[in-house]
Amino acid sequence: MPAPIPPLRITAHTATSAAGRGRAALLDALCARRTGLSRNDFGAAPLDCFIGRVAGLEDAPLPAEFANWECRNNRLAWLGLQADGFIDAARAARAHYGADRVALVLGTSTSSIGASEEAYRTLDADGNYPEHLRRPIVHQPHSLGDFVAAALGLDGPSVTVATACSSSAKVFAQAERLIRNGLADAAVVGGVDTLCDSVLYGFNSLGLVSPEPCRPFDPERRGISIGEAAGFALLEQRGAPARGDAPWLLGYGESSDAHHMSSPHPEGLGARRALEDALARANLAGDAIDYVNLHGTASQKNDEVEALVVSTMFPTTTRASSTKGWTGHTLGAAGIVEAVVSLLAIEHGFMPGTLNARTLDAACGPQILLDNEQREVRRAASNSFGFGGNNCVLLFGAPGTA
Amino acid sequence: MSGSAYVDGIALWSPRLAGWQAAAPILRGEAPPHEPQPRPAPALLAPTERRRAPDTVAIALEVASAACAAADADPKSLPSVFACTHGDLAITDYMCRTLAGNPAEISPTKFHNSVHNAAVGYWTIGTGCMEPSTALSAFDYTFGQGLLEALSQVGADDKRVLFSAYDIEAVGAMRSVTTSRGLLGGALVLAPARGARSTAQLSWQVVRSGDTPAAEPMPAGVDEAVADNPIAASLPLFRALARGAGRASVALSPAQSLLLEVSACR
Repeated sequence: MPAPIPPLRITAHTATSAAGRGRAALLDALCARRTGLSRNDFGAAPLDCFIGRVAGLEDAPLPAEFANWECRNNRLAWLGLQADGFIDAARAARAHYGADRVALVLGTSTSSIGASEEAYRTLDADGNYPEHLRRPIVHQPHSLGDFVAAALGLDGPSVTVATACSSSAKVFAQAERLIRNGLADAAVVGGVDTLCDSVLYGFNSLGLVSPEPCRPFDPERRGISIGEAAGFALLEQRGAPARGDAPWLLGYGESSDAHHMSSPHPEGLGARRALEDALARANLAGDAIDYVNLHGTASQKNDEVEALVVSTMFPTTTRASSTKGWTGHTLGAAGIVEAVVSLLAIEHGFMPGTLNARTLDAACGPQILLDNEQREVRRAASNSFGFGGNNCVLLFGAPGTA
Repeated sequence: MSGSAYVDGIALWSPRLAGWQAAAPILRGEAPPHEPQPRPAPALLAPTERRRAPDTVAIALEVASAACAAADADPKSLPSVFACTHGDLAITDYMCRTLAGNPAEISPTKFHNSVHNAAVGYWTIGTGCMEPSTALSAFDYTFGQGLLEALSQVGADDKRVLFSAYDIEAVGAMRSVTTSRGLLGGALVLAPARGARSTAQLSWQVVRSGDTPAAEPMPAGVDEAVADNPIAASLPLFRALARGAGRASVALSPAQSLLLEVSACR
């Protein structure tokens, strides 16, 4: 078991998804049980499904100084940075610690592959990219990290984590290690993923896309709804100048399933291991966790396995839910979006239920919530599991829990 | 911002520097790069998968396996950091080409192999490893940032860590924006303490980029053999390891570099 870690303060955080721009809009959608999912209208010949699309990206080009990074994914990153004054908090951290002492660790699954898809639709007569898309930086995975480093003026460690749907949860773990080793004093973490043909047609080819809005943990669930999102958090050490009553990153756990590329371990062994490591790093037992934001994609296998893990790893007093019915599965951004949902639960004494599910699968224990519930949340967990059997669990605590 | 780790296993593979035993004298300038060898077929994969495995998977698994064997390490016991600048450029080309023409015909296998962590996913599945695994990218700084994360894990968790870095050749229209050529992979098993298999101590320090020694040219023929691959950034370190001692620097960003001092364990 890993040793306990010194908790980190989360001094700023934000999420932008189909459920709204910034924390207040997301909280409002969660409380009102208003989904951000809509019928798929993405691309030339949309598949018959539902998506979580962020409105207005088409009309929000990057400022001219960032034109080299222009693409849908970096537009969403830029929009996400503006929400909740996050960009100001990050720049204040840069001014306080120095540009090379604030690490940048961001997660994405497909980064700006949408720009490469566009280039392939419009190749020139010689089979090369059209001139306006011959910008190497947007045709590789670190497009996201490189753009955000430029936007925030950071020049310390800057890296993009791409472990599919656990990407922007694992960034918290990597940043914690960098800070504990003295490689940075603070870190901007987060993730951005945008709608693109690769994921819409790709998940469809695997038979994982639902023709209706996703219904996590419903016995009649038919698969996932894909969404797009951006989210960020600022991590600082205990001794940092307090900016209000900041919540804590208490622990994290990472593991591999060692089972299958696109299907979870049938007994959820990897998920259990990640949760056990997260609890050990936080020096807590499962009964200390009030709320768990589940991966809950609404795929047959994920929800079946995750329900089993929750029912055996947490007492009946713990509550758990999937919020994919609001945002869709935002893939590489799911970790940060659901970290923000978990922090909202702590800050507002509010547990979202599981939107769109009508009843709960027989595999679900009493932990899994259908309806929203008002209740104090002192500590929350967030699950993120990705292709390749890549798992990450994060633990957060209210001010005063560390 | 400094630390140290021990090197328990070293692996390098490129068609003309195929394996550490062949590559070490080439990097020392004692022998020219040899004739190109065919792509490795990782024994970890099922025989039917070996031939059709994506190049990234083949090369990443080849060097990861060789580094573990050199370290006498059970792969099951090692957390792993896989670093790759571009991902599998042949799959990216396939995906973009198919999406532009017949999107409904996308192959589900190619799609799940298109994730950046496909190689490390196959590694953990093939070895039965349930330890943490990650897949990183940092454009021109991929090797440096990957190595920094591996060293950071060694320091944070006091465990041996497998680090594998690899890139492949751009194909199709990707060549109009991607200069990556050839196949190159390197791997290290890094340890927090000296063990029976430790061959070198690696002392590291993060410095401003101006504070690094001028790069020493590579022996004749080496640049021609591998220079157009982003993982060529690893060669100064592998040369120092081949010599058993020396300094190397690896860029982390335009502003920072990792200064590495190799000393032999005797």
